[in-house]
Amino acid sequence: MQELTKRNLRAWSMLGQRGTVCGVALIEIMEEYQNSYTLTADLAHLSGLDRVQHMFPERFVNVGIAEQNMIGIAAGLAAEGNVVFATTYATFLTMRCYEQIRHHMGYQHMNIKLIGSAAGVEMGMSGNTHYTYEDIAIMRAIPNITVVSPADPAEAYQIMHQAAATEGPMYIRLTGGMNQQIITKCEDGGIQIGKSKELQSGTDVAVIFAGNIAGTVQKAVELLESEGISTSVIDMHTIKPLDTRQLERQMGKKIIVTVEEHSIIGGLGGAVSEYYAQFERHPKVVRIGVEDQFLHPAGKELLLETAGLTPQKIYKRIRKELNR
Amino acid sequence: MQREELEKIAQTIREDILTMALHSGTKGAHIGGGMSCADILAVLYGSIMKYDVSDPEWDGRDRFIMSKAHSAIALYAALRYAGFLSEKEINDALQGRAYLYKHPRMDISHGFEFSGGSLGQGLALAAGSAVALERRNNKDAKFYVLIGDGECDEGSIWEAASFICHYHLKNVVPIIDLNHLQNDGNTEDVMDLGNMADRWRSMGYDVIEVNGHDVMELQAAFLQETEKPKAIIAHTIKGKGVSFAENNVDWHISYLTKEMYEQVIGEWNCAGDK
Repeated sequence: MQELTKRNLRAWSMLGQRGTVCGVALIEIMEEYQNSYTLTADLAHLSGLDRVQHMFPERFVNVGIAEQNMIGIAAGLAAEGNVVFATTYATFLTMRCYEQIRHHMGYQHMNIKLIGSAAGVEMGMSGNTHYTYEDIAIMRAIPNITVVSPADPAEAYQIMHQAAATEGPMYIRLTGGMNQQIITKCEDGGIQIGKSKELQSGTDVAVIFAGNIAGTVQKAVELLESEGISTSVIDMHTIKPLDTRQLERQMGKKIIVTVEEHSIIGGLGGAVSEYYAQFERHPKVVRIGVEDQFLHPAGKELLLETAGLTPQKIYKRIRKELNR
Repeated sequence: MQREELEKIAQTIREDILTMALHSGTKGAHIGGGMSCADILAVLYGSIMKYDVSDPEWDGRDRFIMSKAHSAIALYAALRYAGFLSEKEINDALQGRAYLYKHPRMDISHGFEFSGGSLGQGLALAAGSAVALERRNNKDAKFYVLIGDGECDEGSIWEAASFICHYHLKNVVPIIDLNHLQNDGNTEDVMDLGNMADRWRSMGYDVIEVNGHDVMELQAAFLQETEKPKAIIAHTIKGKGVSFAENNVDWHISYLTKEMYEQVIGEWNCAGDK
């Protein structure tokens, strides 16, 4: 595993989450773990798996355009003591195969790591078949499955190595394209699956986010801070198991805001709301994300605008919720 | 193994199925499918498969995957014959919070390679495991996957079937329990898949068709070497051996009364449940 050096962060930033996962982390993992396999459903090239395929042909399996079968094959490999990385677009990986995932990963607890690429609205002009804003909701409803959504490629890189070293089923949700903003700082040290990261601490509002929306959130928070609204910013890269200690610490805030490139139903916002709902007194939870609808297809920037996921819109929404 | 010996094992399996069905009470049991595959299981566990009850995870073992897992009742009986399950576990089955319920749960210590209940999932799992074994140079272990003919409605079966032929995984042997009945009636009426043997042949298999209740034919089919991956089509009768359940769709899952039970025991001329 490589260090979090400035040089690495620069390189990974250019590659994006998928490029870093499939083109860097997976190669290291396949080299280190002789019992690791990589599976694709006719998306090797588009996923950036060419090097994995050429370097490890014996442990690389293309199942064709048959995602459900991919999960079954992954389960069989895992049943024989292997750690299996299965990857394709997040939409087909999670939704087409849901029962296979529930059966093999949830019920049978197979050591399969799903890597869902281009989650959220990354696929822009491809339209709704290629968007994935229900995946966190459905994945976290299945017992036993860890659900992670890295904020940047450096987090994705670390999560991959931790996933390889940890037994058990996991869904890794990759967001954003190439040339991603890196929020990880070399001096901060690494992240740990299951433990959120407080990027800054404030007293009025807590903004909790997951995924590559991180940069947008940071810009919105700058606007809030410029008006004297003191804001905590929390990178909740692990949605399940949820870091409830962190949520407990934020209990005294005026409002809790969740931001995600996902439906406001059942995702990070759902998970956070469920946590606070168990207390008689708790702060209001404001969920920012895709409302309950299919978006009219457009370029990614326009889709984010519609979903209220721009710095200005997030900032205005929070101001409004604070009655300012 | 000789005919007489194998038929005796099959009879033991049928008697255990009947006992479990009786104990399950009004909740009912999958007697039809269980009896349909009793002879297949007898041959597999009696003479074909390698396994070691004292070392259930032995890498050289053959793996049985009950993809048509609603017939678990037959697997339970076969695993008791093999020594993985106790008489008590059979007697307690399908009641209360018993270890054995209507579908099997993966637990290799008791011979369960796979959790079942969701149809169409077993063949892909076997195929994945076969890749793993091939790549670690275990050339001996085989996977026997029992699939229902109704189950073949599931598209996932055919995704896995293609995969097995594409990767030439000869150690995976699908066995189709072709009894022509599914929940809602005749398979030909509910969803006609045409000629089952032709279907598997067209996927790239060498197909062997047998009478699924003739233990010697079954044994020979399992032992036959083939060029391509092998698929066995076992022509069977749902409910086989239970006179009133044979070819009767109502016995896919049904409640066996004490009187019915006594009748069958009488017909079989065996001791029955005490």
